[in-house]
This record gives sequence, structure tokens and C-alpha cells, in this order.
Amino acid sequence: MALADVCGFDMRNGNSRLKLGFGEENYDPSLNDVLLASESFTVPRGVDIAQNLARFTDEKSNVKIHFDHGTTTLAFKFKGGVIVAVDSRATAGPYIASQTVKKVIEINPYLLGTMAGGAADCSFWERVLAQQCRVYELRNKNRISVAAASKLLANIVYDYKGMGLSMGTMIVGWDKKGPGLYYVDSDGERLPGNVFSVGSGSVYAYGVLDSGYKWDLSVEEACELGRRAIFHATYRDAYSGGVVNLYHMRETGWVKVSQTDTAELYYKYRAEKK
Amino acid sequence: MECLIGIQGQDFIMLATDSVSARSIVKMKTDHDKMFQLSDKLLMAVSGESGDTVQFSEYIAKNIQLYKMRNGYELSPHAAANFTRRNMADALRSQRPKFVNLLIAGIDEDGPSLYFLDYLASIIKVPFAIHGYGAMFTLSIMDRYYKPGMTKDEAFQLLQRCITEIQKRFLVDQPQFKVRVVSKSGVEDLGFAKPTPQVDS
Repeated sequence: MALADVCGFDMRNGNSRLKLGFGEENYDPSLNDVLLASESFTVPRGVDIAQNLARFTDEKSNVKIHFDHGTTTLAFKFKGGVIVAVDSRATAGPYIASQTVKKVIEINPYLLGTMAGGAADCSFWERVLAQQCRVYELRNKNRISVAAASKLLANIVYDYKGMGLSMGTMIVGWDKKGPGLYYVDSDGERLPGNVFSVGSGSVYAYGVLDSGYKWDLSVEEACELGRRAIFHATYRDAYSGGVVNLYHMRETGWVKVSQTDTAELYYKYRAEKK
Repeated sequence: MECLIGIQGQDFIMLATDSVSARSIVKMKTDHDKMFQLSDKLLMAVSGESGDTVQFSEYIAKNIQLYKMRNGYELSPHAAANFTRRNMADALRSQRPKFVNLLIAGIDEDGPSLYFLDYLASIIKVPFAIHGYGAMFTLSIMDRYYKPGMTKDEAFQLLQRCITEIQKRFLVDQPQFKVRVVSKSGVEDLGFAKPTPQVDS
């Protein structure tokens, strides 16, 4: 007797192609949620989105849509939790559209998301993620894990792969397993890790971050490292700037540590060199 | 830039993958695991388009588990490899193909077997295989030093030769390779293999 029979799994939907069918009687709401999640934004039927999009994004096209990619965001795990630091500049080509963008998205008291790539894509899909996480919480009387939350987002964006979504985000949180940090992007990639930086300024941020990074950093040292890494990225990267927003994820949830103007930091760090 | 290596020995298959996950010019992660365990004695190494690699591998792995639950017996390595190939071939002719290169290693009553699948859904059973640019440097090493019925130590030495050559001649840095062995007793993790340090010549 196969395991499926012992568990009473309905074999009537079965066929040789190994496709899993959801019958009425084994309807599983939590599993179906993931599938439904991708339906919060519908696409027209019978249209090849990828091909249609190429008409607009092609270099030679008369219609030019420039997606803004300029950003610096970073997050790293250490002894005392997770630090998230971001800049606040939004650009449209050479024009600075805003210096006061909130690039850290507060999903819930235990989850943060960062924003790089398309601002609308990030805010919209992380809002959908927030809704999914809340529904999970109500159903299961337990907070969703960081791994599950990031997988939810990765699965959603993977459904839209090739349709022009542009986002590079880090999902940061604290669950039963402790601090969590995942990188999720619009290719459908999802990586767990200790140190991540995303955006055009990420190469500069990595330089400072990797040089000063240790697991045993104190909270103050870690905050300062995050702030400095973003500052040096804004100094070299024209598409990053404004203020440094700094968050700290701990066992009791996230706290916003500081918001510092990069100009202020420039004079402070310059004075320290003398 | 990714590299997958497979070697068939006397009663095992050794799989090795580089452990770098890169976005554009940035290494996001240097201890990334590119292998997926499909069942007790079936292991798959994956490279290719980001997103597709994980999603496709998980789909295959779960379906192979489902087959076992439904039927009470497992797919043989040959059947599993051909099931995977069929899925890739179907995807290839769909709206959005899956761009993944695979090595599938398994063992059954007929002994160990290694299958090489590329993103165009071709399949071939081989005694050794390499995916990616690494193949340019190491296929000749395999041709020269591979012999049938190698022991684990011999296979690891051959693997070490390949990794060292990649480190020496290939422009792109691949600091360490994740190594696993599939044998009758299941999947064994051999940790990371690093290139043998060499003096400049």
C-alpha cells in the first residue's frame, strides 16, 4: 500500500503526467492562498506581455519608459539582530525627483522590506505580502516565519517573470528561529544570507560594510557601520542620497533607530578625520 | 559563469558545484548550495537562469516525491531523468521556457548513473560531465585522467585537479565547490573542496 492510500489521498485526479488537482473535498485554504496571491493583479488573457513590453523598453522604440534603478539599500545580521539601512533619493534620469523617499517598508511589527528598483512594484507587492502575512497570522494564531514570508513574495514575483517587474528587496524579520534575512528579486531569486546590499550604490556600500563587518559587533557599532556604508555609497553614487534611514530588528520587533541627513554626516565624518 | 561537475565511480556518483550566487558583477553569496535532493538516492545539480533554477528543481523534486506516495515505489534514476527532460521539453515550447542546466545523479540495482541535461532539453548518460565555462578547461583533464571504476579517493583527486585548473586559468573566481556523493547508503555531504594552492608558473 502506497503512502498516498494510507493518508486517504484522492487518486481520482491522478494521471500519468503527475499533475496535482485540487478536488473540492481536499481544498486546502492555506495552500490555495499562495495561488490566489498572484491574482491580486490580473493580466489580460491571450496577450504576450513580454513581447508587448519590448515595444516600450526597446532602445530604438519611440516610446521610452525609463525605470529608475538608483538606490542604495543594505541589511546585515549580527550578534544583536539585524540592521537595515537605506538612502532616500528617487531619480528619474538625471533629475532628482525626491530626497525624502521611505525605502524601508514596514510590513508588520516583526517584518521589514526594503525598496530598490521600481518603487511602485516594491510598495504594491510588499503590501500584498503584508496582507498575506496578516491572513496567515489570523488563520494559524502564529506569526509567519521570515523564510515563509520571503518565499511568498518570491513565488508571486516569479509568476510575473519576464513581464517587466523590477524589484530588488531584502526581507528582514525575527521569528522562532531568530533573526532572518532574505534577498528577493524580480527574477524570482531568493537567497538567505548574513550581509546583503542592493541597488546602484550597493558596490560602494559593500566595500565599507565588508571592511567593518564582524558578527560580534555591538548594537551601537552595527548601527554606525550601516549608517557609514550608506553614507559612503551616497557620496560616490549620484543616484543615491538624501537621508539615511536606519532600522534595528530585535527579538521584540523592529525599532527605527535614526534618520540622518547625509550632508550632516559628511561634515561629521570630515571633522573626525582631522 | 556557473560550473557543475559530475564523476561516476565504481559504486557512486560524485557531484560538485561552484558556490557563488552572482547578480551582474556582484557576488551576493559565496556559500550557495546548487544541489537538490530529489529522493533518498537521487541528487540534482542545477545552474542557469535565476528564479528558474529553484522553482523548476522544487517542482521536479516534489513531483518525484508525489510519484512515490501514489505508487509505493520510486522512479529509477533513468525514469526521473527522462521525466525531468520531458518537463523541460514541454516548457521549451511554451510561452516562457525554463533555462536550466542539470546533472542528475542516482543509483539503483543496475549501479550508479549520471545524466547530463542542458537547457535545450537534450539528455545523455555519461561517465563524467561538466556544465558551464569550466568545461572548457576541464573536459580534457577528464579525458586524460578518468578511468572507469574509480574509488571515492581517486574521484575526489580528479575533481581536485579540475577545480585547481579552473582556479588557475579561468578569469572568474570560483573559490570553493560544494561536493556530495550518491551511493547505496544515500547522499553523503563532503563539504567544500578548495583549489590546491600552487606556485606561479
